[in-house]
Amino acid sequence: MTKSLTTSLRAVIVFTLLLGLAYPLAITGIAQVAFPGRADGSPIEQGGRVVGSTLLAHAYRLPVLGADGKPRKAADGTPITKPNPRYFQPRPSATGYAPEATFFANRGPNSAAARAFYAQQVKAYLALERPYDPGLKAAAIPPDAVTTSGSGVDPQISPANAAIQAHRVAAVRRLPLATVRRLIANATQGRSLGLLGQPGVNVTELDLALDREAR
Amino acid sequence: MGWLQIVLFCAVFTAIVPLLGGYMARVFSGERVLLTPVLGPLERGIYRVLRVDRERSMSWKAYAGTLIVFSGLFWLALYLILRTQTLHPWNLDGFHSGTWDVTFNTVSSFITNTNWQFYGGETTLSFFSQMAGLAVQNFVSAAVGIVVAITLIRAIANRRQGTAGLGNFWVDVTRTLLYVLLPIAVVGALVLVSQGVIQSLGRASFGPLGPVASQEIIKELGTNGGGFFNVNAADPFENPNGLTNFIEMLAMIAIPASLTFTYGRMVGSRRQGWTIFGAMFALFAISTVVVYVAELHGTPAQHAAGIHGANMEGKELRFGTSGTALWTAVTTVTSTGAVNAAFESLTALGGMIPMVDLAYGESVFGGVGSGLYTMLLYALLAVFIGGLMVGRTPEFLGKKIEAREIKLVVLGLLATPLTVLLATALATATKYDAPSVFASGPQGFSETLYAYLSQANNNGSAFAGFTGYVQPTPGNLGAHGIAFADLLGGLSMLFARFAPIVITLGIAGALVTKRVAPAGLGTMRTDTPTFGVLLIGTVVLIGALTFFPAILLGPVVQGLTTHLF
Repeated sequence: MTKSLTTSLRAVIVFTLLLGLAYPLAITGIAQVAFPGRADGSPIEQGGRVVGSTLLAHAYRLPVLGADGKPRKAADGTPITKPNPRYFQPRPSATGYAPEATFFANRGPNSAAARAFYAQQVKAYLALERPYDPGLKAAAIPPDAVTTSGSGVDPQISPANAAIQAHRVAAVRRLPLATVRRLIANATQGRSLGLLGQPGVNVTELDLALDREAR
Repeated sequence: MGWLQIVLFCAVFTAIVPLLGGYMARVFSGERVLLTPVLGPLERGIYRVLRVDRERSMSWKAYAGTLIVFSGLFWLALYLILRTQTLHPWNLDGFHSGTWDVTFNTVSSFITNTNWQFYGGETTLSFFSQMAGLAVQNFVSAAVGIVVAITLIRAIANRRQGTAGLGNFWVDVTRTLLYVLLPIAVVGALVLVSQGVIQSLGRASFGPLGPVASQEIIKELGTNGGGFFNVNAADPFENPNGLTNFIEMLAMIAIPASLTFTYGRMVGSRRQGWTIFGAMFALFAISTVVVYVAELHGTPAQHAAGIHGANMEGKELRFGTSGTALWTAVTTVTSTGAVNAAFESLTALGGMIPMVDLAYGESVFGGVGSGLYTMLLYALLAVFIGGLMVGRTPEFLGKKIEAREIKLVVLGLLATPLTVLLATALATATKYDAPSVFASGPQGFSETLYAYLSQANNNGSAFAGFTGYVQPTPGNLGAHGIAFADLLGGLSMLFARFAPIVITLGIAGALVTKRVAPAGLGTMRTDTPTFGVLLIGTVVLIGALTFFPAILLGPVVQGLTTHLF
């Protein structure tokens, strides 16, 4: 018993040093040298400045102004915003697109609160897109556009979702629809190895490409 | 395309089984392997520091005692680390320590290979806690599970009279860590970084970074499942694309599946191993198909709001429905519990499958090691039932299965289900469960049932509305745990992990000395499809009889109605 206690004590120390420090620090060292960008969150640089990560959604929003011309705030003090129509909008997020404190929305399959949330999302999506895409019906909205992503920072939207939003972005920016579609095609990420996963449009990259196009 | 990915995954992991399984058989037989020239000196160095005599074989009692003392000391060490966060290096945001109750839960969770998470990693833990605390357990608790399976194999395979030793615990653990887990983790971590999984001790302008890849790979490979981030492998920094999703799924299933081959090789008949693999594979395939088909449809709440198409709530676009469904099945049949989508938001039928997988009790691939030893216990039970049917003394690979073994087998197989049902009953029958429950209606019951199913089966996935820790702002300051959920969960994990381990070692101790009778005409063969079917029947029957009433009250009720709660 005493023997296994002292051996265990040594083992706790040895294995913690080997697996808890040597291993992760060595991996960090190698990764930082071999894959500097990837290891640091795939940052996007523009003009020598980091403007975001290709793996994180970025939502372009505008403040909602009250009657007094000042930005309105919710009861808890957070500013109320609306989508900026000049940009493609990422999927709904439970966390306000914050990468530093993630959590699931946990909307159950038979939840009445979930239905109310979806109904409101559908309404908002139609209000934003229908003026530019008159034929758009609720039934044609791709599910990814009105359901919360898992991470809250899903950087992708479905190609069908992007195709609908393209009408609005092209009209607001006064760009030919064909140009916007070309940018969507450039920002579409296929399946890994042509086989694994599902194709999606990277909204973060797409929105940055739009801004470059306008210049 | 979705089905093709699933078929490809099955083909690839089946192809890995003989390679990795054969390699592990050589490692645990003490043979020279490819890595011996590289790792041999390190291995001998560790024995010298630990001062162990590698030739000394331990009796089952010595083996079990050492395992308990070793795990107990690591429990204390991890508790100490998590409660002293203010002193840590690599504590970038100056996080305080979590409360005592949530720490009790977390420590028990990682020591038992469960990785149930009431805490959110990125808002409560320093990088030091993640690396030197949790990730160490991802290795060590996995090794503990594997060595128990190996001792049971040795006991079944032993043909020498008078041997009572099962092997040396220290040698087995060291060789598991050095020759199996560490090399795959090193290569896997770097592959993941090359795809965009982060590995850094600093921060970026857009958010926190962390030593994620080194932890991600071992969390899958050791069937642990504890995410660096609160949303686990749904986070793009843990799982950035379809390829990483595929690799991480492979890592989860590789060792549990390959151990069936290790077993076949070590007992001298590969067909024995493939029979067990086949039974596991059949149950896994059914789960995968059901959850995939279920998730291609929306939920009643989505239909009521006029949304058509697949259920995308709580899912990430890049994996697709098939990548999410396959992951859901893989992570719950293996006892990993890492998730790449919100289980709470699965359809009723899709969400029932993880519960059914847990109800199999870690026998369908299961945790590393724990899956195989649980399935071997089921195999002993199946042989016993088959023996009763034909009126012969049951034998397993020539070893007579007698009253003592069967009593132990039944105890070992019932310890976990009993824990689940008693804990769920205790929670739902008292007022102490209510603060943890998020959803209303049957979903609320599902959350509680799932919590104890998952913790007692050392899985760790969750219907994540269920909570045991309330934190107003990141950094643990002003947070409080829900002591009832934290303690009941923690105790469930500890009991349902270590009771079956000690019982399994006891069975190994009883089997190792048994004389081997030559197989005769009347011997029931355990390497045939017939036995595979009997084995499946035993697993399903016990799971169904134990859990059917409970599962009826949650997902089945919801699946049969479009009513919203």
